[in-house]
Amino acid sequence: MPLLEISRLKKAFVGPEGDKQSIIDVKYFSLAAKAQVALQGESGSGKTTFLQLIAGILKPDTGSILLAGQEMSELKESQRDRLRASTIGYIFQSFNLLQGYTCLENVLLAMSFGRGVNRGFAEALLNRVGLADRLQHYPRQLSTGQQQRVAVARALANRPKLVLADEPTGNLDQRSGRSALALIRQTCHENNAALLLVSHDREALSQFEHVQQFSQINQTSPREVPA
Amino acid sequence: MTIWSIVWKSLRHHALSTCVTGVCVALAAGLLMSVWSVEDQSRAAFTGINAGFDAVLGARGSKLQLVLNAIFQLESSPGNLAWSDYLDIQKNPNVALAVPLAVGDNYRGYRIVGTTPEFFAKSQYAPGKRFEVEPRGRFFDPSLREAVVGNFVARRLGLKLGDTFHPYHGLIFDEKNQHSETYLVVGLLEPSNTPADRVIWIPLEGVQKMTGHDPNAAEDISAVLVKLKGGSALAGFQMDMMYNKQGNRLTFAWPIGQVMAGLFDKLEWFDRVLALICYLVAVVAAASILASIYNSINERGREIAILRTLGARRLTVVAAIIMEAGSISALGVLAGFAIYGVIITGVTAVIRAQTGIVFDPFKFEPVLLWAPVALVALGAVAGMAPALKAYRTEVAEYLVPLS
Repeated sequence: MPLLEISRLKKAFVGPEGDKQSIIDVKYFSLAAKAQVALQGESGSGKTTFLQLIAGILKPDTGSILLAGQEMSELKESQRDRLRASTIGYIFQSFNLLQGYTCLENVLLAMSFGRGVNRGFAEALLNRVGLADRLQHYPRQLSTGQQQRVAVARALANRPKLVLADEPTGNLDQRSGRSALALIRQTCHENNAALLLVSHDREALSQFEHVQQFSQINQTSPREVPA
Repeated sequence: MTIWSIVWKSLRHHALSTCVTGVCVALAAGLLMSVWSVEDQSRAAFTGINAGFDAVLGARGSKLQLVLNAIFQLESSPGNLAWSDYLDIQKNPNVALAVPLAVGDNYRGYRIVGTTPEFFAKSQYAPGKRFEVEPRGRFFDPSLREAVVGNFVARRLGLKLGDTFHPYHGLIFDEKNQHSETYLVVGLLEPSNTPADRVIWIPLEGVQKMTGHDPNAAEDISAVLVKLKGGSALAGFQMDMMYNKQGNRLTFAWPIGQVMAGLFDKLEWFDRVLALICYLVAVVAAASILASIYNSINERGREIAILRTLGARRLTVVAAIIMEAGSISALGVLAGFAIYGVIITGVTAVIRAQTGIVFDPFKFEPVLLWAPVALVALGAVAGMAPALKAYRTEVAEYLVPLS
């Protein structure tokens, strides 16, 4: 049984002129436990929406998302929040670190919503991403590459079964991007987490053995829509 | 990491608005507590102090003026009464003690009151407490030009045992009105925290026969302090009838506490206005909390979205916002206690200087409990609107890349 199984998933938004625009129409998609898959797609193709649906941040109009044996559509919002905290790690293009929190606190905060605070494990994660000497630094005191590494540590804080990475190298230069991606893949592997990455960056995608075109999964025709 | 640490982080991150709104709450708390506390303590003090007497007999006029003049050493005397009136009431079988007072002079603005030694020997300014003089001092000899100085006056004017002074005519100090008599300070009163502390006490005859006073009034007095036998209400009622209803020459102010309570009742509208102002300040403080947090929710949308993505439930975010509002109130209330301390200390000093009555700044008043609780609750309620806004935050809207 796959870790993630999606079928007949649809999501549409109401456009500025009141017309309904279909963004997601996925017949079927699955991801095995511990697998690492990259989805390639252009900007505006609905990749972020797809990840947010999987994470339970957005609710689909129709369809099924079966994550770790739980049908997302059957869960209440608070249950989805709990499932997200305990099962999913999320890495953003803009890192989305909380600026008022130190590196360590960013990781501990994620833990507090999931499996509980484990300071030793948080420090070990930050040590693993090369930030052992930056535990008490605030995000503004770090380079962009270092900030992304904090985001990686935070995504793994609750020992998730699935890490969703949304253009994780989008704000990094080529060298930092390559390094960050290697780190994400390696740490997911070490923590037995599956990785689903979406990107339009060919350089990043070239590191993956399994790359799928998002347009082949998502049946909606490409258009300029909110990402 | 707990919800409190989220609240604390947010308070620190928005330190300026936290401080500004906290100061508003502090002012509200300080004012609320001060107004109520001063009002309660004033009422208790002014209706409770009677110098150990039940009534005051004086010239026909206002009972309140009579009590303020004879008991609180404020206001001018409504007029004089004859020595025979004093003798009459002294002989009344219902009267346990009658002490005459004569006012009309001052020393550097502090009232000089003439009385008999019985005032010190037989009266109790509080249950079980008699006036005492400081070591090496004594009460005056009624046949000599001697003075016993109230504790507050002695400290203010630096009067010591053995000092001499000339009284001045009238209740308002005017250097031109100096009497020629010289009085010797023979005693300094121990603090009694009553109006007696603001008075220079001399023998009754001293005031009556001071040079420059009307010789025709040499036997007149300003008032008689009356203690009824066993504090009898019936006796008081009978004398009230005799002097106030049947007679038309004198005024019998009884019971003293009720006369003063009447003053507070007349001023109740003022208390209400003050209370209304305090409530308005509290509402403004709550509104400032609401506005500052509400406005920051837009700016915090991304932070809320991140928290939600990390797994925070909507109710967790709501609780954090309400707790933040309540915390601002709580911090404000803590600062409010400092403001209360400053105000009550200042008011205590002013009231002591004006009346000799001393408030206890640290006395527990119910307002010190209910006002902080009410303000924290009000702050938390004010946090509900921004909390609702945070509740409605759409996570996906705020998670678009920044660049």
